[in-house]
Amino acid sequence: MTAQLNAAWARRFIDLATDVVTTKRVDLSELDRAIGDGDHGENLARGFAAANRAVQESEADTVGGVLKLVATTLMSTVGGAAGPLYGTAFLRAAKVSNVEAIDAVGVHTLLDAALEGIVARGKANAGDKTMVDAWTPAVEAAGEASAAGESPAATLRAAADAAARGAEATEPLVALKGRASYLGERSVGHRDPGAESSALLLDAAARAAAEDSA
Amino acid sequence: MKKLINDPTNATSEAVEGFVLAHSDLVTQLDGLVVARAGGAVAGKVGIVSGGGSGHEPLHAGFVGVGMLDAAVPGAMFTSPTPDPIVVATKAADSGAGVLHIVKNYTGDVLNFETAAELADAEDIEVATVIVNDDVAVEDSLYTAGRRGVAGTVLVEKIAGAAAERGDDLAAVTQVATDVNANMRSMGVALTACTVPHAGKPSFELADDEIEIGIGIHGEPGRRRVPLASADEITDMLLDPVVEDLGVGEGEEVLLLVNGMGGTPASELAIVYRHARARLEARGITVARSLVGNYVTSLEMQGASVTVLRLSESMKELYDAPVKTAALRWGL
Repeated sequence: MTAQLNAAWARRFIDLATDVVTTKRVDLSELDRAIGDGDHGENLARGFAAANRAVQESEADTVGGVLKLVATTLMSTVGGAAGPLYGTAFLRAAKVSNVEAIDAVGVHTLLDAALEGIVARGKANAGDKTMVDAWTPAVEAAGEASAAGESPAATLRAAADAAARGAEATEPLVALKGRASYLGERSVGHRDPGAESSALLLDAAARAAAEDSA
Repeated sequence: MKKLINDPTNATSEAVEGFVLAHSDLVTQLDGLVVARAGGAVAGKVGIVSGGGSGHEPLHAGFVGVGMLDAAVPGAMFTSPTPDPIVVATKAADSGAGVLHIVKNYTGDVLNFETAAELADAEDIEVATVIVNDDVAVEDSLYTAGRRGVAGTVLVEKIAGAAAERGDDLAAVTQVATDVNANMRSMGVALTACTVPHAGKPSFELADDEIEIGIGIHGEPGRRRVPLASADEITDMLLDPVVEDLGVGEGEEVLLLVNGMGGTPASELAIVYRHARARLEARGITVARSLVGNYVTSLEMQGASVTVLRLSESMKELYDAPVKTAALRWGL
């Protein structure tokens, strides 16, 4: 069992992430159609397909190198609000992981940087019914797991599970940011598509780590 | 879904291609679907760049030309463009006098233009930004992403464009755009939903006897769903909150814009205009300028919006200044 995650993990993560957003593109767009404009799945599938191509062709040999490539590709292909938000998240994560391998504490640091990037760009707070509501519990869970001496894979799994619960917990909330905010009370009862895609991406990161350490 | 398209994924690029071919005397196409003024940046003139999701035609490419925009950046359908083409447009519009970005207040548009402005700044292009937020339908805007930028955008583009054409510097052009935005309010209604090509089904559900009051330019709601009413009654529902929020009153002069959302005939827009004008005049407000037609649309959505702009003498002069674009032209 490897104790650290390297560029190979990052590549596999993006590969699995591309798979999942491609498979779930219709589901994500349906969530978005309910409270937004219905293109979240389409935009992410387009962005990750491009990011995956760039990553698989590149010779980046650090985690940060791979994530930075993903950041710039997402920014230049996704558009909408998701492009700048995920682009900034990956860019900030890349900055703190520009090393050959990261341990569990490094995983927490990386996720925390991603969340800070999303908050800085989108100016949303926890409870606004946005992707922040998936990322906030994910970072907390990663902090607890890494402090408890868990492996990087277990730390990511804890984060992904917390993100999934966070995404589910957006359903009863009133949206206060983004296009959904114009629905007011009518946004209640719908899951936030950004929180859902965030949970799917973190799950892909955890699955890639589990393979790596199997 | 019945649409005159080939492949949904090519709808935007093929539309831009056709538009540029049809108006080659006015515009040219640059990398990333950017539509720029033919002949390039005008020496010494502040550049004006606008953009946003496609599906709102003729906004914005239809307003590229003399007296209005120097470049427009169409994104995917109803999706803001990414920063790269915005930077391409900004560079094309810059002649050294700086560039004004006119951005509608939608999260995606704001974020991508913000990133593009940072990138342009890194290349020593001075960029100023005006966020258009004329949509009075958004209540409690402190608790949302704020008021949306809707049909009034075309008035900001026209009037700020004229200021730039006359040779005002970046600070002055930005001030003009800010003033126009501060002095106008809009509100829209949807009678039917529209269908985004790649989504393949209507963006929202609306019963045959229902209308949605206070929509944005993607049909997204703002106020409430009410039973279908007469044109005059619907016009009141749109105009009254606009007048009230703007605080315009007796003795003042305004521009009245009745904008079609894409699927409503010109005759119905004229019916709305007729009543809106009478109601304004009954309040002692003079309608000094008018614009009626499809300027900021939502694909084939049926519906309309009403915009009132409080006019100053200088705004009137800039509005009347010559313009030559695919969708708006006078005086030239």
